[in-house]
Order: sequence, then structure tokens, then C-alpha cells
Amino acid sequence: MDFQTRSMRLNNARRKVTNYLVSGLSILATIIVIVPLIAILFYLIYKGASSLNLAFFTHIPAPVGEEGGGMANSIVGSGIILLLASLMGVPIGIAAGVYLAEFGRGKALATAVRFTADVLNGVPSIVMGISIYSLIVIQQKHFSALAGGVALGIMMIPTITRTTEEMLATVPHAIREAALGLGVPKWRTAISVSLRTASPGIITGCMLAFARVAGETAPLLFTAFGNQFWSLKLNEPIAALPLQIYVYAISPYDEWHRLAWAGALVLIVMIMVSVTLVRIVANRGVLKGGS
Amino acid sequence: MGVGILVEDLNAWYGTTHTLQDINLHIPANHATALIGPSGCGKSTFVRCLNRMHETNPIARATGVVRMGEVDIYKDASPVEIRRRVGMVFQRPNPFPTMSIYDNVVSGLKLNGFRNRRILDETVERSLKQAALWEEVKDDLKKKSGASLSGGQQQRMCIARALAVDPEVLLMDEPASALDPVSTSKIEDLIFQLKSQYTIVIVTHNMQQAARVAENTGFFLNGKMVEFDSTHKIFTNPKDKRTEDYITGRFG
Repeated sequence: MDFQTRSMRLNNARRKVTNYLVSGLSILATIIVIVPLIAILFYLIYKGASSLNLAFFTHIPAPVGEEGGGMANSIVGSGIILLLASLMGVPIGIAAGVYLAEFGRGKALATAVRFTADVLNGVPSIVMGISIYSLIVIQQKHFSALAGGVALGIMMIPTITRTTEEMLATVPHAIREAALGLGVPKWRTAISVSLRTASPGIITGCMLAFARVAGETAPLLFTAFGNQFWSLKLNEPIAALPLQIYVYAISPYDEWHRLAWAGALVLIVMIMVSVTLVRIVANRGVLKGGS
Repeated sequence: MGVGILVEDLNAWYGTTHTLQDINLHIPANHATALIGPSGCGKSTFVRCLNRMHETNPIARATGVVRMGEVDIYKDASPVEIRRRVGMVFQRPNPFPTMSIYDNVVSGLKLNGFRNRRILDETVERSLKQAALWEEVKDDLKKKSGASLSGGQQQRMCIARALAVDPEVLLMDEPASALDPVSTSKIEDLIFQLKSQYTIVIVTHNMQQAARVAENTGFFLNGKMVEFDSTHKIFTNPKDKRTEDYITGRFG
């Protein structure tokens, strides 16, 4: 009896120590992850915020040697390219994910699609740029916003497809059976029940893909190309923030370096704002006690 | 009103496992029929053959004739049409978690493209009253998710959902086995009231439950139907020795 209580007490002490140790390690890991992110954000604010003014958002870049100028065309251009990319990448990515999870179980085509998506995910972005260059730009004989959008759109697809598949796999089979049992056709069950139940996770996947391509420079070098002037035409070269940051950052002028920092800050804030907006919109209409 | 079901030479497989063997049975209209038997005897497979849910599993198949009223469900109709005429309630409550109570109840109508607000409102009230849940949820119909209800309430909501599409047959696969005794007795009261309007087939592990709610009872064992008779007969004077052994608790 005495021995037993003693050994229980020892066990208890060891359990507590292990608990503190493991909790401490996970907190430490979290800090290690967050600190660089916050550091980058603060450094961007420190370097870039001072160059932000109204002109930055309303003017196009000033010619070499002139003071001032802004990135209005790049901000709008990035918006247009990302919109095109999302219009292409999100529906195709989700549709492919739905096929993999709901219709393609055990089929050879599904295995092929899954494999392709994984490979596509690993393709370096510069290779994506060159491919679209030869497929679209050379055919059309000019750079264009459209080509840039397609390049980024294709890059979004694998991430969205795989997250959609994973998220649909977490939807309990019983819920699909409930719908099928009510005489709901399979395609309708997949869209209105499975996809809707998995939508929070799928939206996260789309946002991850969006944020990833928003900062891509390499695929735009040979596709959207960049533009020092206003252009909103989809069939012409268009400015983009990452491209403009790149041009300014490698330039020899201090003024341009400062603008590059400001551009980087604006890019990050744009990504954060759009992700937050999508979250807010997606969370509207979620019911009390739902999952 | 319910319809009778006539089953002739029904066989079912999962892969190479012969789960149901030569089932012949007549389930009368507007009565409750209980199916009892040990786990894995094929009674769940049997009810899933009655609304063609069995074949949603890619390795499953079935042969034979199931006649629902005048309709041979494997020949004259598509699975989707059959499932609109045959409601199903599952072992565990399975509400749609993203939908409100209201939308859960009329999901069978809405997901099939039905949009008339007035009729939807009426259907929600009628179905929830039939399922004895109306008083408990009428104030939160559109505010709360169906998944926020208690387990017993969820199951009654699933019954309301099945009734909302106006089925002729109601299949219940151990509808109370995941519920506490109070909820169980509510579900049983419900079955008792509903059987005047619907043909009810209920799978159960609980023999008192079969005795309480069903006029007829079938005993399944190892994929075969050993005996089918009035519930009174099955529980007091079974013809087959295996039925007697099972209901007296000698095995299973």
C-alpha cells in the first residue's frame, strides 16, 4: 500500500514535468515560427511606411531622374492579374478536388490527376513562366495581363485541388448517405452537402494558394512583363507589384529603393486585407452550434 | 398512405461475401415490421436493399425482385426516384451540420429544387409536429444549426426530414440505439403513431422494442431469414429452434 502510493506520487511528478516540458516546447516552436513573420512585417513598415503617401497610390512611376511617382498602375495591375488567376484557378481547382474525392475513388484517372497535381505543385515558378511564354505569349506575339493571369492561375490549381480533396475526405460518410437517402442525386449531394460542409477548409486552401501566387515574380517576367504606364487592357503588358518591386530594388537609386520597400509593404497588406475580407464574408451566415 | 412491399429471392453481396441469401418476404402496408437478429446477420443490408442504398457502395450488388406497390424498384425506377418514395432514418443521427433546423427538415425538397416558400413553411411545421419536435424548436428554426440539438432531438429531426418528402415507406435502421431511454421511448411513441400512415420497417437489437412497436417480426441469421410471423407469435411461440434460442438470449 505504502509502496503503491509512493510510486503513484513519483509517477505524478514525472507526468507533471513531462507536461511542462512538452507544453514549453510547443510554445517555443510557435514563437520561433511567429517571430520572423512579425520581424519581416515590422521591418517593412520601418523601411517602407515613410515613402507611402497619396501619390504612391495615385501616380504611375516617375521617369528616371524625376522625384516622386507612385505604383498606382502596379497595384491595379496586380489586382487584375490576381483576379484573372483566381477566376481560373479556384473553379478548376475545386472541381478537380471534388472529382478526386467524390467520383474518382479508386479510378486510374483520379490517380493520374492526383499525381499531376503533386508534380505541378513542385514545378519551379520560373518554369511555369517560360511554359506560358511559349504557349501563349509567342503565339500571340505580345506579352499580356491574360498570360500572367493564366500562369498564376495554373499555379493555384494543385494546392486548391489537394486541399479540396483532403477537406472533402473529412466530411462524414453518414451525411452523404442522409442526402442520398432523401433521393438527392449524387452530383447535387457532392455540391450542396459535401462541398458546403467542407467549405471552411476549402476556403483556407484557396486563400493559401492566392497568397502564394500574389507575391510571385518569376512567372510574370515573361508573361505580364510589367508596364511603366497605365494599362487596364487584358491583352497588353500590365504592371504588377512584384515586378515593379523587382525593377526598383535592383536599380541604383536610393529613391527607388525606398519605393520598392513601400511596394513590398503594400503587397503584404493587400494580401492580408483580401484574406481577411474573404474570411469575414465566408463567416457570415454561419449558424449557432454548427460545425 | 403506405404501400406494401413484396420481396422475392433477394440476394446481396459485398465483394465476394454473400450477405443476403434468398430472402422472400411480404411486408404489409401501414404496419410496423421489426427485423431482429445478431450483429452481421444482414438485416441492415436488407433494409438498404429496399431503397437501393446498398448499391451506393461500389463493391456491393443485389439481385432479385423488390416490389413496392406496383413498382419493381430494381426494374421500373431509378435509385433516386425510389429514395424519394422511401424515407430512411439511420442508426446515428446525421443532420446536415451547415444547415439550420428549418433547412435540415426540408432539405429533401430544397436539394431537389423545390422553392415554394409557403409550402416549405407548411412542410416544416407538419413534419416537425409529426416527429414531436415542433414545440421544442419552433422558436429557433432558422437561427440554430441542426447539429446544435441534443442527440435525441437530432434523431427526431432526422425523422421529420424523412417525413417531409412524403414517403410511402419509412426504413429505420436501429433508430434508437444511440439514444438514452427517454429519447428512445419518444421515438417508439412516434413509430406507434406514424404506422397508421406509413409502412415502417425497423431494424432493432432491442427485442422489447420490437415487441412494443411492431405487428410483425422477422428473424435474420447469417444472411438468411429464419422466420417471419406476427410479433406475438415470434415472441411467444416461435416455430424455429434458432429463433427461440435467440429471443430467450441463448446466443447473439
